[in-house]
Amino acid sequence: MFGYYFQLALRSFKRNKVLTALMVLAIALGIGASMTTLTVFYILSGDPMPGRSHTLFYVQMDPQSMDGYVAGEEPEEQVTRFDAEALLREKKADRQAMMTGGGLSIEPEKQGLSPFVVDARYTSADFFPMFDAPFDHGNGWTAREDDSQARVAVISRKLNEKLFDGGNSVGKSIRIDQNEFRVIGVLKDWRPTPRFYDMNSDRYGEVEQVFLPFSTAVNMKLGRNGSMNCWGDSNGDETGVNAPCTWIQYWAQLDTPEKVEAYRQYLVNYSDQQRRAGRFERPTNIRLRSVMEWLDFKKVVPNDVRLQTWLAFGFLLVCLINTVGLLLAKFMRRSSEIGVRRALGASKGAIFSQALVEAGTIGLAGGVLGLGLALLGLWAVRQQPASYAELAHLDPVMLLTTFGLAILASVLAGLLPAWRACQVTPAIQLKSQ
Amino acid sequence: MDIRPIFTALRRHKTAAALIVIEIALSCAIICNALFLINGRLERMDRVSGMAEDEVVRVQLTGIGRDDNAEALTKADLASLRAIPGVKFASATNQVAFNNSSWNSGVRLRQDQTHQNLNATVYMADDQMIDTLGLNLVSGRKFNPDEFIEWEALNKPDAKVNIPSVIITRSMANALYPDQDALGKVFYSWGDEPIKIVGIVEHMVRPSEQGGPTAYEYSMMFPIRVHYNVGGHYLMRTEPGRRAEVLKAAEDVLLKNNPNRIILEKQTLEEMRSNFYRQDRSMAWLLVAVCVALLIVTALGIVGLASFWVQQRSKQIGVRRALGATRRQILRYFQTENFLLASLGIVIGMALAYGINQALMGKYELARLPLYYLPVGAVLLWLLGQISVLGPALRAASVPPAVATRSA
Repeated sequence: MFGYYFQLALRSFKRNKVLTALMVLAIALGIGASMTTLTVFYILSGDPMPGRSHTLFYVQMDPQSMDGYVAGEEPEEQVTRFDAEALLREKKADRQAMMTGGGLSIEPEKQGLSPFVVDARYTSADFFPMFDAPFDHGNGWTAREDDSQARVAVISRKLNEKLFDGGNSVGKSIRIDQNEFRVIGVLKDWRPTPRFYDMNSDRYGEVEQVFLPFSTAVNMKLGRNGSMNCWGDSNGDETGVNAPCTWIQYWAQLDTPEKVEAYRQYLVNYSDQQRRAGRFERPTNIRLRSVMEWLDFKKVVPNDVRLQTWLAFGFLLVCLINTVGLLLAKFMRRSSEIGVRRALGASKGAIFSQALVEAGTIGLAGGVLGLGLALLGLWAVRQQPASYAELAHLDPVMLLTTFGLAILASVLAGLLPAWRACQVTPAIQLKSQ
Repeated sequence: MDIRPIFTALRRHKTAAALIVIEIALSCAIICNALFLINGRLERMDRVSGMAEDEVVRVQLTGIGRDDNAEALTKADLASLRAIPGVKFASATNQVAFNNSSWNSGVRLRQDQTHQNLNATVYMADDQMIDTLGLNLVSGRKFNPDEFIEWEALNKPDAKVNIPSVIITRSMANALYPDQDALGKVFYSWGDEPIKIVGIVEHMVRPSEQGGPTAYEYSMMFPIRVHYNVGGHYLMRTEPGRRAEVLKAAEDVLLKNNPNRIILEKQTLEEMRSNFYRQDRSMAWLLVAVCVALLIVTALGIVGLASFWVQQRSKQIGVRRALGATRRQILRYFQTENFLLASLGIVIGMALAYGINQALMGKYELARLPLYYLPVGAVLLWLLGQISVLGPALRAASVPPAVATRSA
């Protein structure tokens, strides 16, 4: 039966080429627009650490003075060096790392390559195992290198290509800000999206090209990037241990819910203790957010992208209503034909399914065309200046979603017209012939 | 014209009529909001910077490693830059407009208060800065030569250097002293000593969007001579036609003064502005495209349904014509019908537009939809409806009366 209805549908399309084309085009435009924006939204709101994100937690506390205190406000978004080093020393989590962004100049030994500037990350050793960073060659460093302020560096694959033509550069030396560092690891291509661990700079950018031990970089006073908030006199040294400035991101890995609770309590105790010691002035106010909670709190998906998604679905809705209207007109125009079929013994169900097959076929065609438009739309997104633009590709999940959405949309659009079509009373139609 | 028959006819086509109304309502709601958003973007992109945008160029550079001699090198750099043919003024500064990276500081009117009155951005200005940027000083004076402080001196541990004076924008002056002249008054920001307002400029934007639209011009200039490692921006003012030439020459002299540096950026202020608003521009175009697509889809929907009705009623039309109705009356009938449907859709659409706007206001910090957007959307959709229905209505008007005499 399906095959026959399908043939009937094709025949009906031939009779009304323009109308059919209009319906297909309307569905295609709606599907194309909504799938483009939905794909971008899906990529931007994704989990940067699938399988691990629920065990990674961002630490916040409130070390500020009472100046400007408003009860109930969020604590500082970053921590002070004093607190970060204290937490790191006490090692109460399964893994933990303190970090900040930086900017460095590199003087390549390679001929014909002039000095250039790269983004860097200064972090403690657990960064690599905690965030599951994959290595091409070598490894990250250990707490020993942190303690001894060793001049070691982990570099990205991109930088390795540039400086060492992609070979195994472990053990080679690299000149950073006029100092020699030893390469101990080369990362694979690695791009957690969004770059959750530091929300100060480009949230969808690539990971940094150079990673150095935090202790080494800070003591050498290497260039620092990111935001810093100071509230007292730092005496000319904002990165000093005792400076009243927050500028460090602190992450902890906690594998079980019990450990999370225990760590929360530990942070409360730590804050209380600091207040007793006179370092903290404000009431204890800590936060321990998982990766997804942190991304949510930082409203990581740009408002423009959210707005575009809403807009596209509004557009799809208009396109669907349009299709419902046109299908209705089309089926009603064929009332007499339906009347004859009913009189010859076709059941209401048969008319209904025939109409639905016709609607579904239009939806399928619209879906295929819409997929093409979505690919075109994503190509257009990739031409945009935003840093997430290059990530805008259709993956299998979104491909299936597109098809599902197209079929669902067109069947939904076909339901009402099909229902009206099968309600046609044969007697009246026959009489008016 | 009697519109009762139209209602009677529409009652027989409730579903189709309802679909048209809903489609028009949704289009109206989306288009009103989209137009509002487009206008918001255009207004943002149109904001006055207060600077001579077509004359200013900047070079940003960074040293390789630490430079303990940065102060002297900066002086040499500025002397070389000012000697370039075509350069009228040159300055070193910590930050530039349209660059997103900014220095900000709280401002208090009294020393003992714990809450800040506002947060303003901090430009560190050297002797030529006001002329380099082409700022319009509306009252007070420029900095006196003896007021300038070297960055190194300010930043030394245990430094007891105070900032004597500040030049602020009119917008910031009005915010600090709404009812009186801010000139000559003091406030507290960096350090514990009062800083005296010696000049007010008409406009000067802050580099970032920090603080939102009201704080967009909360800018202040401290008389501090920074060296090239603090932000690393050199600004030059020249004639519009000589900007490319000056930029090239500036890069050469800077690298000649000390080759151990990396040029990060060199562009005109106009290019920086254009880059800064790229996202807004593409969003505005996207919204325009959606509006156009919506109008086309809605028009096609109206054409489709109107054609269907005309075809279905051709016999009745023939009867009316046979009974003496003119072509014009038939035309008017379909036009009025469309007008009624569009009006109903527009009324619902306006309510919907306000609803969407309310939802967006809650989520995305948008302003309230101004009332004048509603008539604009309404006229747009009325016109659209009339244009779309014209074709089918003309076809209806051309139905010959003889149709009435034929059996179907």
